[in-house]
Amino acid sequence: MIVKILGPGCTNCHTLERLTRDALTELNLTAEVTSVTDYPTIVGYGVMSTPALVVNDHVVLAGHIPTTDQLRDLLINAAV
Amino acid sequence: MACVWLAAYQLNQPWWDLVVYEWLDLDAGSRLGSGVHFFLYDSVKILLLLTGIIFVITIGRSYLSLERTRALLGGRREGVANLAAAGLGVATPFCSCSAVPAFIGFVAAGVPLGVTLSFLIASPLINEVAVVLLYGMFGARIAVLYVISGLLIATISGYILGRISPARWVEDFVYQTTLRGTPVVPGQQLTWPDRVTMGREEVVTILRKVWPYLLAGIGLGAVIHGWAPADFFTRAAGPENPFGPLVAVAIGAPLYSNAAGILPLVEVLYAKGMAIGTVLAFMMSVVALSLPELILLRRVLKPPLLAAFVGVVATSIVVTGYLFNAIL
Repeated sequence: MIVKILGPGCTNCHTLERLTRDALTELNLTAEVTSVTDYPTIVGYGVMSTPALVVNDHVVLAGHIPTTDQLRDLLINAAV
Repeated sequence: MACVWLAAYQLNQPWWDLVVYEWLDLDAGSRLGSGVHFFLYDSVKILLLLTGIIFVITIGRSYLSLERTRALLGGRREGVANLAAAGLGVATPFCSCSAVPAFIGFVAAGVPLGVTLSFLIASPLINEVAVVLLYGMFGARIAVLYVISGLLIATISGYILGRISPARWVEDFVYQTTLRGTPVVPGQQLTWPDRVTMGREEVVTILRKVWPYLLAGIGLGAVIHGWAPADFFTRAAGPENPFGPLVAVAIGAPLYSNAAGILPLVEVLYAKGMAIGTVLAFMMSVVALSLPELILLRRVLKPPLLAAFVGVVATSIVVTGYLFNAIL
């Protein structure tokens, strides 16, 4: 699974990255997590509001920091 | 929950009357008594207002997103669209890091540059925490003035910037970037409990961020309540000084603070006799023209347009300051 965190590097983006890593560990999922900070690539995903979460090249979340439950659901759904 | 909030708001004053004047036996007419009462009463009042209003606003905002805003503004002609953009800039939630992706997304969707700029100016300029604090500290009239003048400044500045053919001063990659895929509309998948949770979390986040400023501000207010020698600022920046708003913006623009941080200072300046238009101009120049925001915008705007942006916004703020000094 390839997970990307989109966002230029503000607090919200870092929070999302931390929460995602925690959730992945908790769910026992192995994933390659990278953060994408350059604007053309971010916008190239069709994302206008950061932070955004991309799993296997699909945008699954944009514009807000999810609750822990929501994040877990998103990752489980994306993993199957 | 709403009932508990209302009850607490209603009981705030009688409760502190009882505690300060009866239990602590302080004199309501004395400086100490009225100062302590003001501090306790005002702190609780503003905390309650912030909690209630941010909660409601966050839930309301969860129905709006940059994607929806863009759809609303796409293809509109300038003029009325600038006003709509300013209004949506206030209502749409987004972290300042999204300013650049939003800019690119708006331009790609055919939103005129001036309209996009109205949106980006309004968003930091009119801040919900500032509205609540202004209402709590100065009353409804000034809070409403702040919102209306903020909307006017964003509308007019964006309109003027749209008139100078700004497209030549936008970085080329903005036009080369294409949006691909279907943008996820955040909020679409949210349930009602999700929205309530978001509201609660937002209240906690904001209160955690602003409480020290808040208490400092109310503390200063309490001191001024009893002891202010109100003549220095009346002379230096009162309604009679023709340069008031100009100087206020020149000092305010390079400063950087959020609205909650600047309000304690604003309350002191006002209490000491600074004219209201001058005070509002100072506060707006601090929040609207911040260096971090300009650095972000530099990624998409070339220096001439960035300079025009600063110039037009600063001028609008100065003019608004004069206008309010004149009519109030």
